[in-house]
Amino acid sequence: MSLRLEDFSTYARNTWCPGCGNFGIERAAKLAFAELVNEGKIRRENIVMVTGIGCHGKIADYINVNSFYSLHGRAIAPAIGIKLANPMLEVLAFVGDGDALGEGLEHTVFAAKRNVDMTVIVHDNRVYALTTGQFTPTSPKGFRGGSTPRGAPEEPLNPIELMLVSGATFVARAYSVNLNHTKELVKQAVLHRGFAFIDVLQPCYTFFDTYKYYGPRVYDLQKEGHDYADWDAAMTRAREWNYGGEEAERIPIGIFFKADRPTYEETVLAGRNLRDTSVSKIGGILQRHT
Amino acid sequence: MVQEYSVLIGGQAGDGIRLAGNSVARLFNRLGYWVFAYNDYQSLIRGGHNFTVVRASGKRVQAHRNKVDIIVAFNQDTVEKHGWRLKEGSLVIFDSDSVKAEGLGLPLTGIAKKRNLPLIVRNTAALGALASTLGLEFHLVEEVVRSSVRRNVEENIAVAKEGYDMSGGYKGFLQVQAVDNPPRPILSGNEAIGLGAVKAGLKLYVAYPMTPSTPLLHYLAGNADELGIAVVQPENEIAVIGIAEGAAYAGVRTMVGTSGGGFCLMVEHLSLAGQAEIPIVIMLGERPGPAIGLPTYHAQGELFFPIFAGHGEFPRIVVSPGDAEEAFHLSAEAQNLAWRFQVPVILVADYSLLESSFSSVLDEGRVLIEKPKTWRGGGEYKRYLLTGDGVSPLAFPGTAGVTVKVNSYEHDEYGVTTEDPVLTVRNAEKRLAKSRAIEDELREKETVKTYGNMQAETVLVTWGSTKGAVVEVAEEHGFGVLQPLYLNPFPVWEMEKHLPGRKNIVCVEANSTGQLARWIMFHGFRVDRTILKYDGRALTVDELEEKIREVGA
Repeated sequence: MSLRLEDFSTYARNTWCPGCGNFGIERAAKLAFAELVNEGKIRRENIVMVTGIGCHGKIADYINVNSFYSLHGRAIAPAIGIKLANPMLEVLAFVGDGDALGEGLEHTVFAAKRNVDMTVIVHDNRVYALTTGQFTPTSPKGFRGGSTPRGAPEEPLNPIELMLVSGATFVARAYSVNLNHTKELVKQAVLHRGFAFIDVLQPCYTFFDTYKYYGPRVYDLQKEGHDYADWDAAMTRAREWNYGGEEAERIPIGIFFKADRPTYEETVLAGRNLRDTSVSKIGGILQRHT
Repeated sequence: MVQEYSVLIGGQAGDGIRLAGNSVARLFNRLGYWVFAYNDYQSLIRGGHNFTVVRASGKRVQAHRNKVDIIVAFNQDTVEKHGWRLKEGSLVIFDSDSVKAEGLGLPLTGIAKKRNLPLIVRNTAALGALASTLGLEFHLVEEVVRSSVRRNVEENIAVAKEGYDMSGGYKGFLQVQAVDNPPRPILSGNEAIGLGAVKAGLKLYVAYPMTPSTPLLHYLAGNADELGIAVVQPENEIAVIGIAEGAAYAGVRTMVGTSGGGFCLMVEHLSLAGQAEIPIVIMLGERPGPAIGLPTYHAQGELFFPIFAGHGEFPRIVVSPGDAEEAFHLSAEAQNLAWRFQVPVILVADYSLLESSFSSVLDEGRVLIEKPKTWRGGGEYKRYLLTGDGVSPLAFPGTAGVTVKVNSYEHDEYGVTTEDPVLTVRNAEKRLAKSRAIEDELREKETVKTYGNMQAETVLVTWGSTKGAVVEVAEEHGFGVLQPLYLNPFPVWEMEKHLPGRKNIVCVEANSTGQLARWIMFHGFRVDRTILKYDGRALTVDELEEKIREVGA
């Protein structure tokens, strides 16, 4: 029996604002899951979502799959543990920009460095929304919010660039309005063997409405013949837009970079199954202590 | 009269003092003695002053004495800093190439150099000389070298023989007699904790290096293949506990190890384990604080910290072993309890427990992997099903037909976020029910240990490795000793049995505020005196003798 989007819904009442970019990500994820299961590429019970805290995190309540609703900035570390414990699982961390690029930045960088076979989806609305509008690591300089009435004093961080230098083996950007494109990227990220990172540009209708900003600027890398096997080319494309403001003319979305590298868990586990419950004998070791 | 001997080996960092101490301990072990080895080292890699005191006795000893029978000195510092430890009839064995002293001087550096061997083989030459002064046959030295040296084994044996043959008039200086006992495994607290956890099903150890827990990381990593476990070292302690919690959610028994500073970083995740009901064991190694404090020294400053750490109210268990055997069994019990109740369990262990070595009799057969409450199918799975004891059946992701949702927000039975006041109360009461169930379970377990004369007017109450000196002194003076193995929930039912009616209740611990004393008083019991030591060094038997006299116990 073929699964539909509705099959991944829960009874939880959705509390995102009308017009929130999170709806696009939720829909794209559900569709991606349904299609991947229908295509026989993954098993539904093997999907695990790990989320941080922020508006994005509510997605754990809204999608009917296994989930670990973690702390602010702390989705990625548990995700790594889940993958080590059971490499059969399809582990996806749904994270916020403040969450995974601010509070928990180190885990994001190290998960990429290790090439853990997992997917990170950043709900990048470039604002702390649940705390009513402060600047985040990806907000443009000069962003006016509750904590920066005169404008944010910092230059934004470019997560695409950061992931490229950190060793991520699948680096992409999506725009939550482009549902089909986002869904396809999620599917490819899940099927990618290694650390996959998708920065999803997601307007926050209430605190940072970027619909009009992104709409005319985004373009699809894959339609312009970008070679995602070329790291230098990926870096050039990544720098085409530095998460700034009005001065930018074009914002690339799609896959920047893709590579094949051994995964963390296959190196660390070397074939060992940690769920094996047989008891280890320590007699030989005790003998050596005598 | 029980025979006992103490040997101090001292030198610079890099001289291999700890290994030398281990060899001396093995030597006595082969003669049937109980051994205890205390390691004192500084937070540096080369230079400085390190020493190990090995105490061997015909009866069980778990603390060292100030005075020693033999000092083995690889540098001048050792002679100068420890001269006060010598008593009448003590001997100094020293490297005459670099140390000036009276006693048995041997050209240890020369012995190494002429064979083109690294200077570390001075240890083996000294071991040979020491064995000779103890009046031992050389084959014992050879056995110890073969069992402890990995490289240049034959050269080391030759070097040991050379040292053995050079003791001259000091041969048989002390006539050490064998005791009729089989050799026992010599384990540090770190090693025992690792082995106990593995016997209770540990499959993943996660840690970031920090004294005094680092040896546990090295030990489990070094033996990972034989033990069938994985060991990982992530970017920091926050990742450490996050990774462990993720693995536990997916059904794997884990442990993390750290010290106070690292535990500080883990505390938010500790609270997550309380809310999301994730089984996790945290090994908290104590060293003197605050902040970086004395990184490589001894303290028991973390009694309240693990009990009260974390925001919000949630059940947790805190266990406190006092020697390697207790460390082995409590580490195993910590795993089983964490999974039985789906709570964080903190195993708090002081420096001297973790880094000292103890002759240990381990009962491997006594440790079982207790099966947690698991979902048996039928109906829809609810991760947080409300039950009488607050413990919901576990299922793990990857199970067909089951959705496992864990949540750091307050949640309903399925694990979906809620802010409903009724559900909020229900969940708080679920956590309270667990606390009660934990206490009921602990009432059936050994939660305190007693030693000495428990009818005496004076009872010494202590925790952690301090019990080594306390038990020895109490037995000598006819006092009783009460040692809680569980700090939270605190075994008040045992305190009620042992404390009321005592004339003189004395708490002995390695901190400046008397945390155990305060915790006992918090539970409504009286404490008359405290004996506190907070100079970063473990309490010795002689020191406690003196302090007992001072307080007039």
